[in-house]
Amino acid sequence: MALWGMVIDLDRCTGCQACVMACKAENNVPAVGAKEAKRGRVISWMQVLTETDEEHHGANMRFIPRPCLQCDDPPCTKVCPVYATFRNPEGIVGQIYERCIGCRFCMAACPYNAKYFNWYSYQKEGPGQNPDVSVREKGVVEKCTFCHHRLQNAREKALAEKRDFDPAEYVPACAEACPAQAIVFGDLSDPASEVSKLAHSPRAFKLHEELGTKPKVIYLTEGETSG
Amino acid sequence: MADPRDTHEDILLAPIEHTGPGFYWAVAFLSLLILWGAIAYSIQFTEGLGVTGLHQPVGWGFYVTNFVFFIGISHAGTLISAILRLSKAEWRRPITRMAEVITCMVIFIGAGQILVDLGRPDRMLNVLRHGRYQSPLLWDATSISAYLTASLTYLYLPMIPDIAILRDRLGKRKLLYSVLALGWTGTEHQHRVLNRAIAIMAVLVIPIAVSVHSVVSFVFSMTLQPSWHSTIFGPYFVVGAIFSGIAGLILTMIIFRKAYKLHYYLKPIHFRYLGQLLLIMSLLWFYFTFAEYLTGYYGAEPEEMKVFWAKFTGPFWPFFWSMVLCNFVVPLACLASLKRHTVGKVMIASAAIVVGMWLERFIIVVPTLSFPRLPFPEGVYLPTWVEWGETAGSFGLFALFYLLFTKFFPIISIWEIREGRETSLKEVEERIVSYLPGEVEEKT
Repeated sequence: MALWGMVIDLDRCTGCQACVMACKAENNVPAVGAKEAKRGRVISWMQVLTETDEEHHGANMRFIPRPCLQCDDPPCTKVCPVYATFRNPEGIVGQIYERCIGCRFCMAACPYNAKYFNWYSYQKEGPGQNPDVSVREKGVVEKCTFCHHRLQNAREKALAEKRDFDPAEYVPACAEACPAQAIVFGDLSDPASEVSKLAHSPRAFKLHEELGTKPKVIYLTEGETSG
Repeated sequence: MADPRDTHEDILLAPIEHTGPGFYWAVAFLSLLILWGAIAYSIQFTEGLGVTGLHQPVGWGFYVTNFVFFIGISHAGTLISAILRLSKAEWRRPITRMAEVITCMVIFIGAGQILVDLGRPDRMLNVLRHGRYQSPLLWDATSISAYLTASLTYLYLPMIPDIAILRDRLGKRKLLYSVLALGWTGTEHQHRVLNRAIAIMAVLVIPIAVSVHSVVSFVFSMTLQPSWHSTIFGPYFVVGAIFSGIAGLILTMIIFRKAYKLHYYLKPIHFRYLGQLLLIMSLLWFYFTFAEYLTGYYGAEPEEMKVFWAKFTGPFWPFFWSMVLCNFVVPLACLASLKRHTVGKVMIASAAIVVGMWLERFIIVVPTLSFPRLPFPEGVYLPTWVEWGETAGSFGLFALFYLLFTKFFPIISIWEIREGRETSLKEVEERIVSYLPGEVEEKT
């Protein structure tokens, strides 16, 4: 069974936010408006976090694009009282919007702030949305799914064309949109895949690895070019 | 009934027999608070939780604070009353009923906070349908419903003889009292069965009460978040719960002592003993707080320190230091010596503690969420009128429930006071004699 993962090369990331926009369009992520944004209610499954260098203050800005890290031992799923969030056999952490009771325990438990809440009814179903992704109602938590619907589509297409499914056919919107090709996606369980090789690079690190959450989004630290 | 001292029992029945204008004023005031809360909640229900000040990263605020606070107050009752009963503390007699009523009323309010906090209260039953026992919220649901059941039983059992008194003496609500009195006639056999049942419940209720606030703390301590992930949270929360519970009980006693003129029953000695208990809990609370923060500070993990300094000198300092003032400094100053002005001093300490313990819950819930590990935009949580309304309404609802209870049942146990006069005097004397040096009677 595949184990989907992602490698993000921070050396290549320019902080352009193309991944953020691609994700929003792909997953029907609502635009909450300026007023709500000011109150800290932006929903952004993929979010570019910025960190300034502590040593050279202001000199270096570090961009960390952060989707859901799809932990292999997710702290969010354990605390959900209704199994509305779960880790599927292929390692993707899903959210059942129709079941979520909106207690926000998973948000409190996630050390990466990767889960978002619908404080209001931000949008209704309408034209222009991606029909493959359901529109979330008010009062439920939503999150990045590694564009799981794309995996389903790719599998169905392969089935219809009576051929084997090729993992290369499944790429999330953020990875597809990145102009700097900083995001590599693939099957971590296949040692020959590019994402597996990069995950074992000496530059590879995971966010707060010490927490034991085993994220499947792996970062490559800066250093190859900027030294 | 021939005993002339029994005329004082009329004081205890008076609030049930007669209703003065004070009652209506109180109900009117409390109804206003409840109305505020009801409007706030109905708007939240239709619009969404967006009308509150919650956001990301601070997804939990007043409601969760209130939840922990109210469930904490519930430890007033049943636990205190059970411990005093089991330790045969004779001064408990006029206090136990008041304490037990607090527990039962406040559990409803506390559990209700979680419903108010849900984004989808309409899907509440998913907790039963798809319940996941790995989640501490399920532990809460189990423990709190067990506590509610046990507390209601434990409140009801010692009320049976009093309900029989009401049935026999009062002209009104005959049917209600007859049904609830379960045919109590006060025979010796009935008394024996009742006392046994009360003793069993008193023993049962203690571990349940301890479990309740332990699992409430587990909601926080089971996560990996800085300043939450702590092994002492269970006992720390239980201590805080008993602490705030006693303070809540004392305030209730003082209010009803004045309103229903219970000075004959609630004497300064009761307040002195409760005050001493409060002082011990205050010291214990301080010890736990000290141990908790020293461990965090000494280890000095960066994530931990962000939250630590936020509380000590950062944006949360007014709350943190008010908490220390209310929970430790004021109680210590008030309760160190209770020889004179006992009731006044105990009242000030209790009022401070109720505020202080609310702040303690707030200071546990919000700062941790305000400082995420990643360079995520930090948020300042400012509650809106909705949260204030809900909080006011919750207090109002609790007070109204309590007030209505006193209109149906005596707030001080009549038969237990009688029992104190009639049998305990002798029993205590015999007990003391049995402690004194002398021949040991072999019992095999």
